[in-house]
Amino acid sequence: MLQGSPRSETGGALSIRSVGKVYDPGGDHVVALEQFSLEIPSGQFCAVVGPSGCGKTTLLNMLAGFESPTSGEIVMDDEILAGAGKRLAPGADRMVVFQQGALFPWKTVLWNVTCGPVLQGRLSPDRAEADARAMLARVGLEGIEHQYPGELSAGMLRRVEIVRALLIEPKILLLDEPFRALDALTKSVMHECLLELYDLTRKTVFFVTHDLEEAIFLADRVVAMTARPGRIKKMIKVDLPRPRDYRIVSSERFGQLKREAVDAIYDEAKKAFEAGEREFA
Amino acid sequence: MWQGMFSVFVLFGLWQAAGALRVGGIGDIPTPVDVARALVDATQTSRYWSSWAISGERVAIGFLAGTLIGVPVALALGMNRTLRGIVFPVMETLRPVPPLAWVPLSILFWPTLELSIIFVIFLGAFFSVALNVLGGVDAVDPSLLRAARSMGARPRHIFWMIVLPATIPAIVTGMALGMGLTWEIVIAAEMIAGKAGLGYLAWEGFVNGSLVSILVAMVSIGIGGFLSCGLIWVLGQRATPWQRKS
Repeated sequence: MLQGSPRSETGGALSIRSVGKVYDPGGDHVVALEQFSLEIPSGQFCAVVGPSGCGKTTLLNMLAGFESPTSGEIVMDDEILAGAGKRLAPGADRMVVFQQGALFPWKTVLWNVTCGPVLQGRLSPDRAEADARAMLARVGLEGIEHQYPGELSAGMLRRVEIVRALLIEPKILLLDEPFRALDALTKSVMHECLLELYDLTRKTVFFVTHDLEEAIFLADRVVAMTARPGRIKKMIKVDLPRPRDYRIVSSERFGQLKREAVDAIYDEAKKAFEAGEREFA
Repeated sequence: MWQGMFSVFVLFGLWQAAGALRVGGIGDIPTPVDVARALVDATQTSRYWSSWAISGERVAIGFLAGTLIGVPVALALGMNRTLRGIVFPVMETLRPVPPLAWVPLSILFWPTLELSIIFVIFLGAFFSVALNVLGGVDAVDPSLLRAARSMGARPRHIFWMIVLPATIPAIVTGMALGMGLTWEIVIAAEMIAGKAGLGYLAWEGFVNGSLVSILVAMVSIGIGGFLSCGLIWVLGQRATPWQRKS
């Protein structure tokens, strides 16, 4: 299973077509996103960066099926997930790793990571447990299977959550600033851990962050967004070779890419700041 | 732990000293030693224990009924918006009425005095439990609900996997608060309408001018409340093994 089932090798191509999102259309009429279009090929690691309140989390919530777009449509592998006249629903083909973590505190780690596949009836509990143990071991988490989330460190929790998401075998993994609350050192360990799992499974990844360096280090492509209403300001193709490790951050190419990204996003961040935007999360 | 023992000890010490030194009005009140002696004497009588049994039974029945009805009602209201819209305003109208204000009506309505006292206890426990549980359902982390929906959980899974366990701490808190309230109510109800029980024992002491009897009854009530609430907290901790012990 670690090599990826046939289902995950194909599929997961995402097409976001002129999607717009307006909150409170009758009242405040806040335009979070406007005419946003983006194609993410199957298996690509796509990072979206932008200033606070640019609508990146809104976009992720729409992909996940928690919110509906006001206009446009979202298509995955020729199946319309959301659009005019189609109410979207969350599904196991698009698993989210949440900003503040969403493991069930009253269940053990093992239960948390196996409940998805068992719930879907895809794996027997025994099989799910074997897969879970293998993947937990892969990210350096042997022996914590029977602990409760409350007993783990922040870095361990994030790893458990990513393992849970992968075991659900989504076509696309949606990550909403998952490492935001971590210290710099833990963060860099998490980055390498995530990349290792990505190289292993090659799922499509949609990664929202406001950390440029993180975006460049992880992604195949960085989408820089404008301040609200969110539109694409610039797309940066990250041509750094994989597998990547942390030394790449000090390479010349990384520096160039980062400058390019900073140039794109600085004005927007300033605009957002001057507009007095509060955190939109 | 030792801080608690210390402060209780100091309290009784000051009380004893006030009696010995005949300080103001406190000097007229029996000292802890007198009360302790009277309590020991009381425990030799069957009447004392039957008072315990009678009050205890009322508390147990009223409290259990309030909990067994309050928890499911609150969970249902928490899960179903329409139901909540219909029922909640009624609850909010009735809640501010103190349970003891129900005593006269309750006596007229229920065929026996026993039932009317139990009904009033039930009301106190019910509102305390129900409101806490409803608050607990509202406080469930929305990320957990979203995560579960992403995993393909159906509403009934969501209830058993998330809403119920997330609400257990609120259920325990509501039960402990309800239990405390229940003792207050049973004592007051017995003073107003009882023919037996710990509250009646205190009232009888008052009527007979026996300060010691009143204090014996008060101490007994305190012990009853302390033990029953303590039991709930202990059971509550057992039911939530994922919460770190501090």
